[in-house]
Amino acid sequence: MIEKQETVTIASQDELLKKVAEMSSSGYRLVLISCTKLNHFQVDYSFDKNYEFRNFRFCVPVEKPEMKSISSVFTNAFTYENEIHDLFGIEVHGLNINYGGKFYRINIKAPFSTLKKAVAVAATEEGKK
Amino acid sequence: MPKRTIIPFGPQHPVLPEPIHLDIAIRDEKVVEAIPSLGFIHRGLELLVDKKDFNDMCFVAERICGICSFIHGQGYCQGIEEIMNVQVPDRAKYLRTIWAELSRIHSHILWLGLAADAAGFESLFMHSWRVREKVLDIFEETTGGRVIFGVNKVGGVKRDIENDVLKRIVGTLKDMEAEFKPLANVFIDDYSIKHRFSNVGMLSKEDAYKLGAVGPVLRGSGVSIDARKLGYAAYKELNFEPIVENSCDCYARTIVRVREVYQSVDLIKQAVDKIPDGPIDQKVTGSPNGEFFSRLEQPRGEVVYYMRGNGTKNLDRYRVRTPTFSNIAPLVKMLEGCELADVPVIILTIDPCISCTER
Amino acid sequence: MPINPFVKMTSTVIKHLLGPTACKMYPVEKPVFFANTRGHIAIETNKCILCTLCAKKCPTYAIQVDKPGKAWKIERTKCIMCLACVACCPKKCLTSENQYSAPVTVKVVETFNVEPPAAPKAPETCPGKE
Repeated sequence: MIEKQETVTIASQDELLKKVAEMSSSGYRLVLISCTKLNHFQVDYSFDKNYEFRNFRFCVPVEKPEMKSISSVFTNAFTYENEIHDLFGIEVHGLNINYGGKFYRINIKAPFSTLKKAVAVAATEEGKK
Repeated sequence: MPKRTIIPFGPQHPVLPEPIHLDIAIRDEKVVEAIPSLGFIHRGLELLVDKKDFNDMCFVAERICGICSFIHGQGYCQGIEEIMNVQVPDRAKYLRTIWAELSRIHSHILWLGLAADAAGFESLFMHSWRVREKVLDIFEETTGGRVIFGVNKVGGVKRDIENDVLKRIVGTLKDMEAEFKPLANVFIDDYSIKHRFSNVGMLSKEDAYKLGAVGPVLRGSGVSIDARKLGYAAYKELNFEPIVENSCDCYARTIVRVREVYQSVDLIKQAVDKIPDGPIDQKVTGSPNGEFFSRLEQPRGEVVYYMRGNGTKNLDRYRVRTPTFSNIAPLVKMLEGCELADVPVIILTIDPCISCTER
Repeated sequence: MPINPFVKMTSTVIKHLLGPTACKMYPVEKPVFFANTRGHIAIETNKCILCTLCAKKCPTYAIQVDKPGKAWKIERTKCIMCLACVACCPKKCLTSENQYSAPVTVKVVETFNVEPPAAPKAPETCPGKE
């Protein structure tokens, strides 16, 4: 075991923003915002302070995906959030620097949003349930 | 008030080894704003998890970057091992540590050469790379490759280094250190290098921490954070302290890298003294099911991998956040208010690796 | 007392003028490879039994095995020298050589004609039956 990692799933966007502000005021730094396509978009906000890793998870539905930016609290979140917008096609509201889809200069729009296998696996998981 | 002019910087620029684009807004000669954009070499490597099984993904992970290739592979394997609860033999852990530290030495000397080149010090650049060649020879002798080593696998390493070879490597590194010392002293003492790097690209301690700077950028600003202190591989049994400089400028970042070369040589000596005998790999059966955030210290800073397995041969997600990606926000901050002529040097001191960043 | 910079520089210059060169005269002087160097994959054609394991294990699909045509093919430009094939070969007929394969202008598939060793004859009838 390298380190203990706790993940807290958070239901609403407002609660997440509150948590993020709490993290910021208690001196954590933003390590990573990561997005995973399952049968929903799973967005992970990871923080670190004195090598202690905290992770907050938030789910965004596939239909009309949108989320609020945390870049007003953590300025450096704009790189991660623009990336999520460009690669996954999630609309991010309230960005401090909004590239409008031009952060990654790629031809295909939201290439990571159509993970064929992930969707198939999610479908079988639902079938099992 | 002079007019605001926007200068496109990159993707093709003599100082940039790799393509990143910056729109630099200037007034007179002062930069007021810099806006980076990426995507010229986006390869979509993360999507390959759909096509390759988790053992083969290790080769893909190594090919994310040509300089820190070993540590990318190591991070991937450590993450999968953590998910699958595989106990890696101690010897494999030590071998990984030795190779990772060798990677750090060669990456830092490479960067120091590039920094000398950016400052217009051509002969220093060539001598730095001459010294680095010794490390590459060690790699070729022990792993078979000079850039991509392919010695990592889930469950351990593929090649062993015999104990007498390890002793010889320490001897070679001693020679290399002796050759590197006069060069390092040029970086530390030389008037023109000092003049070029001092008080350029200031990044205060608070900004560096808050904006998520990692690696030498963070430690050059006086914050003592080094992901090796997490104690992955053999680091928890080795004795070292993160190297910190307090002057917050490009010079501090250079000195951090110079001192880290010595530190890595010392770490390799310690590891060779302590390395236990035994097997180098552990047989892995089954498929990963679970998730893990694997964090490591690369030459450029902290790298984070998010891995999620679903019990099949293919992972659900493999996400890489490289140090350069995290250093973009601090870079933007550093560029604000600097002279236009300093922009290339400042961009260079974050050690940009754009193909890493865009994967 | 600090050394006079001129003396220091002259000593450096003399050292590099008279010392050995750091570079090799490449085409004249051939580079020496280490025993471990990953150069290219070689096959002993008389040992191969065309089991296709190497083709299945290859992560880049560089190896093709043509069973009816008795041929073992490799596309050198695809091969990443991971040595997965060397590790899995049951007859140990694949080896890693330390010379790099020659540079090419066109991607070609190299073909080796394999003469599998005569399979040991299976007994036609069970010994106990007669």
